[in-house]
Amino acid sequence: MSALSSTEASQAASAQRKKSLRAFLFVVPLLAFIMLTFIAPIGSMLWRSVNHPTVAELIPQTLTELQRWDGKTTPDPQTFGVFATELQALAKQRLSGKLAEEFNRAYAGMSSVVKSTARKVRSLSPEELNSQGAEILLNANPKWSRPALWFAIQRAGQPYTYDYYLTALDLEVNLEQGIQVREDTQIYLQLYGKTLYMALQITLLCALLGYPLAYYLSVLPKNRANLLLVLVLLPFWTSLLVRTTAWIALLQTNGIINSSLLSIGVINQPIEMLYTSFATVIAMTHILLPFMILPLYSVMRGIDTSYMRAAMSLGAKPLPAFARIYFPMTLPGLSAGALLVFIISVGYYITPALVGGTDGQMISNIIAFHMQSSNNWELAAALGSLLLGLILLLYWLYDRFVGASNIKLG
Amino acid sequence: MIRSPLKHISACTLAAAMSLTTFAATAEETLTVVSWGGAYGAAQKNHMIDPFQKETGVKVLFEDYSGGVAEMKAQVESGKIQWDVVDLEVIDLERACSEGLLEVFPHDTLPDGVDGTPAAKDFIPEALSNECAVGNIVWSVVYAYNKDTIGKTPATSIGDFFDTAKIPGKRALRKRPQVNMEWALMADGVAPADVYKVLATPEGQQRAFDKLGTIKDDIVWFDSWSQAPQLLNDGGAVLVQSANGRFYDAIRQEGKPFVIVWAGHVYDLDAWGVLKGSENKELAFKFIAYATQSKPLAGMSDVAYGPTRKSSTPMMDPAAAPHLPTAHLDTGLQAGSAFWADYGESLGEKFNEWLLK
Repeated sequence: MSALSSTEASQAASAQRKKSLRAFLFVVPLLAFIMLTFIAPIGSMLWRSVNHPTVAELIPQTLTELQRWDGKTTPDPQTFGVFATELQALAKQRLSGKLAEEFNRAYAGMSSVVKSTARKVRSLSPEELNSQGAEILLNANPKWSRPALWFAIQRAGQPYTYDYYLTALDLEVNLEQGIQVREDTQIYLQLYGKTLYMALQITLLCALLGYPLAYYLSVLPKNRANLLLVLVLLPFWTSLLVRTTAWIALLQTNGIINSSLLSIGVINQPIEMLYTSFATVIAMTHILLPFMILPLYSVMRGIDTSYMRAAMSLGAKPLPAFARIYFPMTLPGLSAGALLVFIISVGYYITPALVGGTDGQMISNIIAFHMQSSNNWELAAALGSLLLGLILLLYWLYDRFVGASNIKLG
Repeated sequence: MIRSPLKHISACTLAAAMSLTTFAATAEETLTVVSWGGAYGAAQKNHMIDPFQKETGVKVLFEDYSGGVAEMKAQVESGKIQWDVVDLEVIDLERACSEGLLEVFPHDTLPDGVDGTPAAKDFIPEALSNECAVGNIVWSVVYAYNKDTIGKTPATSIGDFFDTAKIPGKRALRKRPQVNMEWALMADGVAPADVYKVLATPEGQQRAFDKLGTIKDDIVWFDSWSQAPQLLNDGGAVLVQSANGRFYDAIRQEGKPFVIVWAGHVYDLDAWGVLKGSENKELAFKFIAYATQSKPLAGMSDVAYGPTRKSSTPMMDPAAAPHLPTAHLDTGLQAGSAFWADYGESLGEKFNEWLLK
């Protein structure tokens, strides 16, 4: 065999390059689409969780003044003077509302204080503000003398911060710069735990319900199995909202389940099922079941029945034969299904919001609260990226102990 | 070889995009107005949108949203303004205006009332108190019961809502601290005038949560006013909280046997505002000035929401008068928008924490 000449080699290389360039051009639209609609918005949202320069942009000089402050007493009059001047400038540009919102987030109750103080300083002269800033502010509201407030302002003034992550973990920074458990409210860790617990319940239920069904489908003749698969997929194609509201109709106090149980005399009083975590688990199991059945089915289809027959003919009882021969072979499908169901349910929003009531809420619902009502997008972003980190961690653990290469989707 | 079709495609998209912008440029007289839908939206369409379209020839796109400032914030921050005029709850209005999401509205351009009273005197003061908007309706959060399921003793006071011994059964509340905290304090004996003062203290907040805690196991929570009449209708709850117009509509249009309890109702305003950076700013101002004249405002009594102009009262359907929040102001409490601007977020967190306990 003769070696390629150098011209032949370069021709081959350039043909290869062309080929890969062509392949690349084919994926460019998809890549651009994903970058634009997926990675860029999510990236910018996550960026918010650590970068929040609003306060630093609104009152830069006050923050510079505060660097001299000892952090324990009321700041000196000069700081107040500078702050009063900046507040007046903001009030004239109609930006004091923004500052009010930011201060209020750092220290609850400040929104009205900032707004009313801004109204008071609006008409004063620069000299007055500079020399009597402290008096004017303290007369407007005694809250301005509180060291804790100025400490909160100082922290909010950092353009790069990890404070939102602290809040998301129920922690806060105290006056001595140490990290402590939040005094005010602690909900997020509890909600993360609850979310994981509910996702686990849903995954287990899906596996328990899906496994026998997928097995049954896999041993049927192909045409009958296909027909039944359509039945599995049918709810999958129905709108999510329709399926969720159908559960409301079934589970409500005077719903179908309660009224039939009442009429046959099993219960005397309707059972509270709707607006509980039970409702969330049931409805989500129903919605996510196809994600479990499909990978299981395709893996089971590929398993030769002769394995089981061989095991039994060699003397294994049905149960050990199943546990030691068949079950391990279905693990790739089971883990793929479990992982899919688990990850989807951890971030699920609409079903818990509709049927969950109070105890069926998940972390996604509190993220929605901060996006829509409290307007604290930074905290929502921190909660969201923690959730993302949590899922990646679980995936890593899974890969470590089970092996991601084991997953088989079809 | 590969390049040319791609080039072709991008040329096509470019052409499509350009034709879109030219279309937008020619169809200048289009205005996007966003409100709450339902019976209220229908009344606005009848009395404000349709007459405005007819008189000015402007095409109005009338869309729905479910409150909150998140969508407005997203539009203003990205600079892609899709909404022109928005109907806001005052709680959202305070925040949207102070965060710079709304244009400042020229209140001096508002026309006189139908009886000739200057706008500044014709409007109730609260309607013009925010520089970014014009008050549109007075509405109220009330609770109601179903005559068929209440039993022998009807509910009459806000205390009854918290009294499961007197009226057994589930209560339905919207899942948020607003109004519920006020109700809890009033039921616990706090005078309406002191409610927000007490609620600003940690002890007061604890007191409200404790009172709510006495009926916690009996509360059904919902997320949108539209769910409320349904809950009352199918027996999901005995006492149900909602906007008064939702109940009124169910009573009037569908003949439901609901009874509204006005004791301790918390009334508030809705207002029209213009999104900051709207390309149709002038037209949007014109629409608001048109929609808040005496006659269109009188039409809001169709859904039992009170007018914000005094001159509208004689023009209303007299049958609706006793069902308007404005007829019950003596037993009510005005929602504290400044209070909720201060404590909305921190109490929202505490409320969620309390729910999980």
